[in-house]
Amino acid sequence: MSSLVLAHTRYQLLEQIRVPIGLISSAFFPAASMLAFVVPFAADDPMAATTATGSMMMVGAMSASLMGLSISVAQDREQPWNGYLRTLPAGPLPRFAGRILTTMAVMLLAVIPVLVIAALFTEATITVPRLLLGLAALLAGSVPFMLLGLLLGFLLSSKAAIGVSQLLFFPVAILGGLFLPLRVMPAFVQAVSPFVPSRGAVELVWSATTGAPADLVSVLALGGWTAVTAVGAAWAYRRDEGRRFS
Amino acid sequence: MTVLARATEVTRRYGDVLALDRVSLDIRAGELVGLLGPNGAGKSTLINLFTGLRRPTSGTVELLGGSPRDPAVRRDIGVTPQETGLPEALRVGEVVDFVSAHFPRRTGRDELLDRFGLRDLVRRQIGGLSGGQKRRLAVALAFAGEPELVFLDEPTTGLDVEGRRALWDGIRAFHDGGGTILLTSHYLEEIEALAQRVVVVGHGRVLADDTVPAIRDMVGVRRVTLSADALPDLPGVLGSEREGDRVHLLTADPDRLVVELVRSGTPFSGLEIRPTTLEEAFLTITAKESTLV
Repeated sequence: MSSLVLAHTRYQLLEQIRVPIGLISSAFFPAASMLAFVVPFAADDPMAATTATGSMMMVGAMSASLMGLSISVAQDREQPWNGYLRTLPAGPLPRFAGRILTTMAVMLLAVIPVLVIAALFTEATITVPRLLLGLAALLAGSVPFMLLGLLLGFLLSSKAAIGVSQLLFFPVAILGGLFLPLRVMPAFVQAVSPFVPSRGAVELVWSATTGAPADLVSVLALGGWTAVTAVGAAWAYRRDEGRRFS
Repeated sequence: MTVLARATEVTRRYGDVLALDRVSLDIRAGELVGLLGPNGAGKSTLINLFTGLRRPTSGTVELLGGSPRDPAVRRDIGVTPQETGLPEALRVGEVVDFVSAHFPRRTGRDELLDRFGLRDLVRRQIGGLSGGQKRRLAVALAFAGEPELVFLDEPTTGLDVEGRRALWDGIRAFHDGGGTILLTSHYLEEIEALAQRVVVVGHGRVLADDTVPAIRDMVGVRRVTLSADALPDLPGVLGSEREGDRVHLLTADPDRLVVELVRSGTPFSGLEIRPTTLEEAFLTITAKESTLV
């Protein structure tokens, strides 16, 4: 079983590396946001710079999971190869696991430019254990976005997946406080914020990297989102089986 | 003989479209069965049911004593992907390793590639292969897990004559070693060359299921070919076609036709009487069916 997960992960990783456009776009966006939003405004204060760097890591992770997964799953479903894979003696688990592990690898790579920019151009500081903890929090907080990516990918055509995932990405990222600090946001945004999954996820990252206490309501809401998106992804996968005409 | 795959009273609908209509079919161990039918006849749907991709709307499908939906049951079958869908970024050796990883028994990578003349291409990216090479790789993948039963959907489409012959040899070798094959093809010549049993499907139903000669005989039509300038009206001619100075006549009673021809005193030469090809038989069977519908 685990050797099949390995085979699927290897296969997915090879595809990512050979056609690295997904990798490059995942790495480019958070690095560009880092230069545009963090370096000019939050570079001088160590706490603010560290927090903002955590936010940009989350931006990269969200884009790799939500946009990356939904688009690649939807595209794969349109290929005849997908039908062939389903005739092989394996259930859905190795393919799900392979995709999620590959997405995690892409996320960790996409974080590198953000960390380099933070180290070179800001006063952000961190210890090695806190960095590792922060990366673990990043992966954990991304789970509902990966599941949402799978859900959209199994539900939509690839063109629709591109549009819908982008449409979701920006409002959810902004409401979660990833682009601008929440204290400069209007009151209604601050009221809604704890209930969007990006807020809970970034709270985990902030808490892991700076030691600040995480907002409990946001973290509980993140747990709720994880459960809901898991049910949704499993439902969409089952619904997808047998839907294509041929 | 053991039945490896069995469809019993299987119906499959896609919305309003009836793709299969109460089809029953047994594939027995050691058989090489040709599945024949026009596009949209239900061939692919039948294969999709046997390989676990689809569920029947009603009826049952059994594979190797279990359900084709059960991944463990599918360890002993092999399926060809469409060559257009092969992952372009991967190398030939990598995709073989990936597919092989799913099977407990594996044909060695080099041996498998050797068998289909792909050994030299092991390091090549699939995107850089020719159409024929992709086709051969797609067929090779069906044999990666040392299967008992192989489903080959259009295995030689797009191959040149030489490539087709080479692939036929590979299919025959598997069959001679005791393997069972269900084959679909647009090339009737291919079914005629390989299959012992032919199943003709049309409009979602099995129209005929018999040996190649029996299917030909079932139609009972012979082709009479001769050279003549002009022919009188002859009895029992079902169809005629002129090709240069050769005239082809299709008839159910060639003896009477020749007698009448001689009686008419028309000069002719080069008389030949041949059984119809599978293609003619197939067209007749499916045409009969559509006049009934």
